[in-house]
Amino acid sequence: MLLIACPFCGPRDETEFRCGGESHIARPGPAETVSDERWGDYLFNRANPKGVHLERWLHGHGCGQWFNVARDTVSHRVLAVYRMGDPPPKDLTP
Amino acid sequence: MAEIVLRQSPLDHLSLDARAVAEPGPAGVVAGERRFVAKVNLRGDPADEAFVKVAKGALKVFLPTTPNTVDGKRDRYALWLGPDEWLVIGAPGTEGRLVADLRKALDGIVAAVTDVTEGRTVIRLSGVHARETLAKGCGLDLHPRAFGRGRCAQTRLGKANVILHQLDDAPTFDVYVERSFADYLWRWIEDGASEYGFAIVAEPIMAALKARRATR
Repeated sequence: MLLIACPFCGPRDETEFRCGGESHIARPGPAETVSDERWGDYLFNRANPKGVHLERWLHGHGCGQWFNVARDTVSHRVLAVYRMGDPPPKDLTP
Repeated sequence: MAEIVLRQSPLDHLSLDARAVAEPGPAGVVAGERRFVAKVNLRGDPADEAFVKVAKGALKVFLPTTPNTVDGKRDRYALWLGPDEWLVIGAPGTEGRLVADLRKALDGIVAAVTDVTEGRTVIRLSGVHARETLAKGCGLDLHPRAFGRGRCAQTRLGKANVILHQLDDAPTFDVYVERSFADYLWRWIEDGASEYGFAIVAEPIMAALKARRATR
C-alpha cells in the first residue's frame, strides 16, 4: 500500500485516497476553433508513461481536497506531492 | 431537527443503558454512546478576516487553521475538517440555536452553515487500552508523539469512515461515526476491546469518571 503525504493532513494510507488520473490537462479552446481530432485527444488520450507520472489524487476519506502527486510508475514510489494549481517540480517534469 | 418524540439514536436498539455499569472497575476500555450531540458543519474562507472574527464571536471558540486540530472545551468544540471546513460541536439539543446564531452572524459573508446532527453519533472510548483498540483498525499513527490531546482526524476505523477526536491523555477519544455504520462500529469496538476488559457506562457516569480523573 502507498503512504501518501496529503498536503493538508500528512501521511495517510492509500485506502483513504482516490486517484483522479493524469494531471495538468488543459482544455483546448475556444470550442469553435478546436478540431475533432484535438478534442478527441483531450477527452480520451492519456500519457501512460513508464517512469514519472503526474496525477491528481483526492483525499476522499479525509479532508476532501484534491492535490497532485508525482509517482514513478515503475517503482510505485511517490516522488513529490504538491497542491492544486501549483506547477510540477522542475526536475520531475517529463 | 428531528422531533424529539421520534428521535432515535442509531445505537438505541443495542440497549446499551441496560448493560451499563456504575463502576467500570479494572476495565481497560470504557465506552458509551453520547447521544444527540449537536453537530454543525461550517464552511468559509479562513483568509476572510470578517468570517473568522464573526464565527469566533458566535461560537466562542477559534476556528483552527492547523490541519487536524481542535479548539474548545467541555461541550463546545471546533474540529478542523479541511482548509475551509469545520465541524462545530455543541451540547445535545443546541443545534437549532447554534445554526440560527451562526446564520444571523454570518449574514452577508460567504459561508455555509449546515446542521448535520442526525448524520452521525458519537462513541466515547476511554481507558488505558483505548488507543490500542483504535489502532487495531486505523491506519493513523495514534502514538502520543504523533497524535495527542486536542487532535482530530478524518480517517477510517475498521471499514467505517470516522472523525476521531482525542480529548485528554487518559486517553479519551470521541469517535464520530456515520449513522448507518454505528451498529457495525460499536460491535467492532466491543470485539476489539474485549481482550482488555470492556465496560459500558451511561453518559452521565462517563462525565463523572472524567471529572474524578481530573481531580486525581
